[in-house]
Amino acid sequence: MSRAEPAAVPHTGPAVRPPRRRWTFGLLRNELTTTFRRWRTLALLGVLAAVPVLVGVAVRVETRDGSPAGGGGGGEGGPAFIAQVTNNGLFLVFTALAATLPFFLPMAVGVVAGDAVAGEANAGTLRYLLVAPAGRTRLLLTKYATTLAFCLVATLVVAVSALAVGALLFPLGDLTTISGTRITFADGLGRALLIALVVAASLIGVAALGLFVSTLTNSGIAAMATTVGLVITVQILDQIPQLHAVRPYFFPHYWLSFADLMRDPVYWDDLLRNLGLQALYAAVFGSAAWARFTTKDITA
Amino acid sequence: MAPYESDDSTTAAEAGERDAGRRGIARYGVPVAVMGVAAATIGLVPALADSGDPDLPKISAQQLLEKMAQSDVQQLSGTVRISTDLGLPDLGGLENSLASGALASGAPDGHGSSADPSAKLTELATGTHTLRVAADGPDRQKLSLLENAAEYSLIHNGTDVWGYDSKANEVYHATAPANARQKDRKDGKDRGGDEPPVTPRQLTDQALKSVDDTTSVTVDGTAQVAGRDAYKLLIKPRQSGTTTVGSISVDVDARTWLPLKFTLTPASGGAAVVDVGFTRISYAKPAASTFDFTPPKGAKVTEDHAHADGSAGAREQKSEQDLAKGFDGLKVLGEGWNSVAAFDTGSRDGASASGGGDLGGLLGSFGDRVRGGFGSGTVFSTRLVNALVTDDGKVYVGAVTKKALMEAADRGR
Repeated sequence: MSRAEPAAVPHTGPAVRPPRRRWTFGLLRNELTTTFRRWRTLALLGVLAAVPVLVGVAVRVETRDGSPAGGGGGGEGGPAFIAQVTNNGLFLVFTALAATLPFFLPMAVGVVAGDAVAGEANAGTLRYLLVAPAGRTRLLLTKYATTLAFCLVATLVVAVSALAVGALLFPLGDLTTISGTRITFADGLGRALLIALVVAASLIGVAALGLFVSTLTNSGIAAMATTVGLVITVQILDQIPQLHAVRPYFFPHYWLSFADLMRDPVYWDDLLRNLGLQALYAAVFGSAAWARFTTKDITA
Repeated sequence: MAPYESDDSTTAAEAGERDAGRRGIARYGVPVAVMGVAAATIGLVPALADSGDPDLPKISAQQLLEKMAQSDVQQLSGTVRISTDLGLPDLGGLENSLASGALASGAPDGHGSSADPSAKLTELATGTHTLRVAADGPDRQKLSLLENAAEYSLIHNGTDVWGYDSKANEVYHATAPANARQKDRKDGKDRGGDEPPVTPRQLTDQALKSVDDTTSVTVDGTAQVAGRDAYKLLIKPRQSGTTTVGSISVDVDARTWLPLKFTLTPASGGAAVVDVGFTRISYAKPAASTFDFTPPKGAKVTEDHAHADGSAGAREQKSEQDLAKGFDGLKVLGEGWNSVAAFDTGSRDGASASGGGDLGGLLGSFGDRVRGGFGSGTVFSTRLVNALVTDDGKVYVGAVTKKALMEAADRGR
C-alpha cells in the first residue's frame, strides 16, 4: 500500500463532488451500527448500567435501619450527593455520574476511542475503508463523531439506569439543591439532563486523546491500554499538590464541576473552564491525530 | 500547512516520499499552533483585559471614610474569594479535625454537628476558598462556602439561623430574636454578631476600629474590582519596625462606598496574609427564594438551644467567660499596632505542659526557645501573629515582631 494516500480534504479542495455528502452519512451510519453492535460495546454499556444498580442497592441496604448514608458524620468517603439519595431518588443520578466519571466512563470511552483506528488496522480492515472514496480526514472525523456519540450514549445509559433504580428504591419529589434552596421535581429532572450532557462533554478530551493514540499504533489493545493508562496517570497527577501550577490544565481537573449545576444560582466559572479545556484537548489531539493519520503509511 | 498534493504525487515514488515526510512534519504544526494560541490566550488575555486603573475624581482619605460610614448597601449578592496565608505549617486534614474537635469538645452542649457554623467557618483560616454572599436588609443574609460537589450554607432569615451542610445532609438551627441584629447595629456592635468576619466590609470595619494617631490613612489611587471602579484606601501603621503588619489596602466601590476588597500585607513582604475580595458583585435584590430554607427530608437537624435561650451572642459570651476563668485577667500592653495581649494561664510549669503531654511537645517543636528579662519561654511565629509562652505560664500575643514581643514581655513583668 502506498504512503500518502490522496486524502483530498473535501472542504479545502475546490472541487467538492456531491456524492461525498452521501458517503459521509453512509460512513457515519455504518460506523455507528458497527460500533454499537459490537459485543464489546454492549458489555461496556452493561457494566455502566450496573453501577447505579449496585450503588442504589448498597445505599438501600445500608440505610434499611434508618441510618444516614455515607457513614453519617462528616459524610466523607463515597461519591458526592450520596447522603441525599435515600430522601430523593433523583440524587442517585448525580451520585452515579459522580461515581462513574472518574473511572468507568473514561475507561469505556478509552476502549472505544483507542479501538477506532488501531482496531481496524489490527483486523486488517483499515485499507478497505480507505478504498472507499471518503478520504482519510473524513474517515477520521467519522471515527471521532462515533466516539463522541458513544460518550453521550454511555452517559445517558448511566443516568437513565440511575433514574430507574432511584425511582424504584427511593421516593421522588421536590428536591433541595446543595445551596439549600428547593426546586421542583421537573426542574430537578431538567438539571439532571443538563448534568448528563455536561458529563458527556467532559469526555470529549479523553475521546480526542484516545483517537490520537489510536492513530499511533496498529494494535488495538495497545491503544486502549495506553489511553486508559493515561487517564489513570493524569488523574493521579491531578491529586499531587506540588503540581498546582499545571493541574488546571489536566483534562480531568474540572470533571466534578458538573455538581455546580446543583447550586442555586448555578456557579458557572468551573463549568465553563471544564468545557473550554475539553475543547482545547479536542483541538490539540484531534489535529495531532489528523496530522498523523493523513500522513502515515497504511500497511494493514 | 503544505499545499495539497494531488494524486500524481504517488506516481513519482521518490519525490512523493520526500513530500510526504515534509507534509507530515508540517501537519504536526497544527496541534502545536493550537497549543501555542491557547497558551498565548491564557497568558495574554488577563493582561489585555486589565484596562488600567479607572479615572475617578480626587478624594481625600477623610471624605472617603465619611462616605464609607454613610454607605448603606442593603441588597447585594456576589462571589467572594478568600485567601489566607498565615504561614502556618500545612497540616491539611489534621488541622481541620483538630480545630473542629477542639470546638466540638469546647462547645457548652458538646454536640458535634458538621453543620455547626463555628466549626465550619474555622476552615476559612487556611487556604483559598470561594464564598457566595447574598443580603437583603438586616434580616435576610446568606453565606455559602463552596466545596467540591457540596456546599455549606448559613442562612439568616428573620428569626431563624440555618446552617446546611449538603455533604453530610445535616442541618443546624438556631433562633435569634427578630430585632437582635438591628439592636446590635445600633449599639455599634459588629455586623454579623456571632459569625467571624468574612466579607470585605466586616474586615474593613474591624481594621478601621483600630485607626487612631498611630495609623496613617491615605487614598492610594484607584483600581478595578469585580468590574467596578474603586478607590484604594491604604491603612499603614506609623510605628514601622515593630509591628508585623505592613499595610492594609481596602478597595472601596466609588459609587456605593462598599469595601470590595481587603488585603493585609505583612511587613516582611511576600504574599498577602489575608486577601478577601469580591470577584463578582451585584447590587440587585436577590431572589426571595434564596433565603427560604426548609430542612430537606431525612436531614439530621441539630437545634442549638444555647442560641434559642437568649441573645445571639449568649453562647459566645458564655464560652468567653469560661475561657476567661482560666486566665488571670487579660492585659493589653502597648498601644495601637504595637498592642500585645498578655494573660496568665496559671500553669507554672510552662509551655511544655500547657498543651499537656504529647501535644505540648508537638507545639514546642514548632516554636523557638528564647530567653530574656521575662525568663525563658517559647515563641510561636506566623507571618502575622507572634506568641510567646513563658515557662511560668504567661502568654503574650500580638501582631508585632519577635523582638518587640520579647521587649513587651520584659516591660510587662
